[in-house]
Amino acid sequence: MRRIFPLILFLATFTTLAFLVVPVAAIFLRIPPGDLFTALGSDVALDALIVTVETTVVAQALIIFFGTPTAYLLATRTFPGRSLAITLVELPLVLPPAVAGIGLLATFGRLGLLGSSLSALGVEVAFTKIAVVLAVMFVAGPFYIRTGVAAFGEVDSTLTDAARTLGAGPARTFGRVALPLALSGLTAGAALSFARGIGEFGATIMFAGSLQGVTQTLSLAVYEQFDVDFDTALAIGAGLVVVSAAVLLTVKMIPSWRRSTSLFPTVSATSASS
Amino acid sequence: MASLDITLSNGLRDVRLELTLEVGSETVALVGPSGAGKSSILRAIAGLLRPDEGCIALDGTPWLDTASGVDVPPENRSVGLVFQEYALFPHLSVRANVAFGATNPSLVDEILERLRIGGLAGERPGRLSGGERQRVALARAIAREPAVLLLDEPLSALDAHTRDAVRGELRELLASLRLPTILVTHDFEDAASLADRVGVMVEGRLLQIGTASALVAAPADPFVARFTGATLLHGIAQPGRDGLTRVVLDVGGVAFTTDVGVGRVAVAVHPWEVAVSRTAPEDATVNHIEAPIDSLVTIGNRVRIRVGPLAGEITAGSAERLGLREGDTVVASFKATAARLIHLA
Repeated sequence: MRRIFPLILFLATFTTLAFLVVPVAAIFLRIPPGDLFTALGSDVALDALIVTVETTVVAQALIIFFGTPTAYLLATRTFPGRSLAITLVELPLVLPPAVAGIGLLATFGRLGLLGSSLSALGVEVAFTKIAVVLAVMFVAGPFYIRTGVAAFGEVDSTLTDAARTLGAGPARTFGRVALPLALSGLTAGAALSFARGIGEFGATIMFAGSLQGVTQTLSLAVYEQFDVDFDTALAIGAGLVVVSAAVLLTVKMIPSWRRSTSLFPTVSATSASS
Repeated sequence: MASLDITLSNGLRDVRLELTLEVGSETVALVGPSGAGKSSILRAIAGLLRPDEGCIALDGTPWLDTASGVDVPPENRSVGLVFQEYALFPHLSVRANVAFGATNPSLVDEILERLRIGGLAGERPGRLSGGERQRVALARAIAREPAVLLLDEPLSALDAHTRDAVRGELRELLASLRLPTILVTHDFEDAASLADRVGVMVEGRLLQIGTASALVAAPADPFVARFTGATLLHGIAQPGRDGLTRVVLDVGGVAFTTDVGVGRVAVAVHPWEVAVSRTAPEDATVNHIEAPIDSLVTIGNRVRIRVGPLAGEITAGSAERLGLREGDTVVASFKATAARLIHLA
């Protein structure tokens, strides 16, 4: 009896790991590496790469630009509705991507809430690169903000208090104390958001479509190519595996003393006073 | 002469803070048990906590006046606050910490040298000892050239050995700065050695304020007496012979004091006024309490001894000469002039 329990643990772990690793390995094992590189040079793959890079850079920059102050405010101020605000930020994390896509269409689509006004101004959002950016921001942004709230929440409030008594106004306190101390947590959040953004599929295909060279990102190209040219689909997949692994390694390499060990740290309760 | 005026009233989580205090170019220590609201007062002066009602003014310039809506933000109050755990910025070097709020960058090196941390300028706070951190925190506060210095438990994060050395340095520094300084501590000894005046706070109220020796000589309240280290003997006072007051003690026996009083009282006796002998001495002491020794604790070259309701302090040499052991019945004596009378409500 004493022997059986460790055996169960071992077998369960082995099965789990095999199940998780084999499909990833299969991408690389199916065709020779040389063919993978050739397939990556195809027009479809290159177009998708360019679209992905363009939209990701813009989306992640906007996520950091708007997300950082949002996370700081949510982490450091107590106000009525704070819990509600945090829950609203978390909602896209649990929302099915297709629902996000339909929601974005209902907002920015030609007949949508804002879309009709934008249309009147001559701005079309749906099925353009702007739509890809918005879709990525909607599904990936909350990862950054959520991690950012936790990162700023972990900054000892006595340190920001000390900065204030030393003559630093709120902006300088943020820039010289809170931001540097939360930076590793924010970097982890940005990496998670980046990884989620690269993999974004559901909301993008509904809201932006999958037009080669316009809105077709790498993830969408994998789907488009798999019944046209399976090798190209595999090659793009392999590229995405490498990028994802790099992101994971980046997060892991951030010094642990500055970061919560979990990739999804819970939002710590802010202490308004100590 | 710089002067800080404080009137505060604030409903905290569990204590209500009520305080009026005027501080000139002197060091005032606020002492009291934790939870007495001492740190909240410093936070309010620094602008980190907004009290419900109150006025805080430096040389007549208001920092806070809830009645007229004045509330100067912390960065515009000329305050040097040294936090209890020092709150050094972990991502900045010692030098950058001190330079953070420096009014004049050329002053930084001078201050580092003055506090003997010049050699640590490039280190991160994480690598410093407790005493070094304390000096960095002081240097950082002083570099701001503040009009008021606030010290929150400046010695409590230090071990006993470092504490004695740092206390001496701090006393010299405070004397040379001559700033209105408010120091918060739960240790009467720290307060007595660092401050010109000591205020005893309990549950948000200032019970008594005066020089440390005044508090010892004339405690206004049983709590103040206990805080200065005295033991209290409760009883009923009435006029006795030779103009002395005779107190019938609750624990049995009587005590005589030169203080005048009638009714329910506490007699406060400081340990250093208590003499211990095997038999009642034939000397000037009139108060003798005969009881077994409850405890004997040696602290360095002194021995703290509890005899019945009294605590005494004698030299380790005397304790040895008398061959004292726990359980031995001895006589603890003190003079009528050393017994302070506190009226109880």
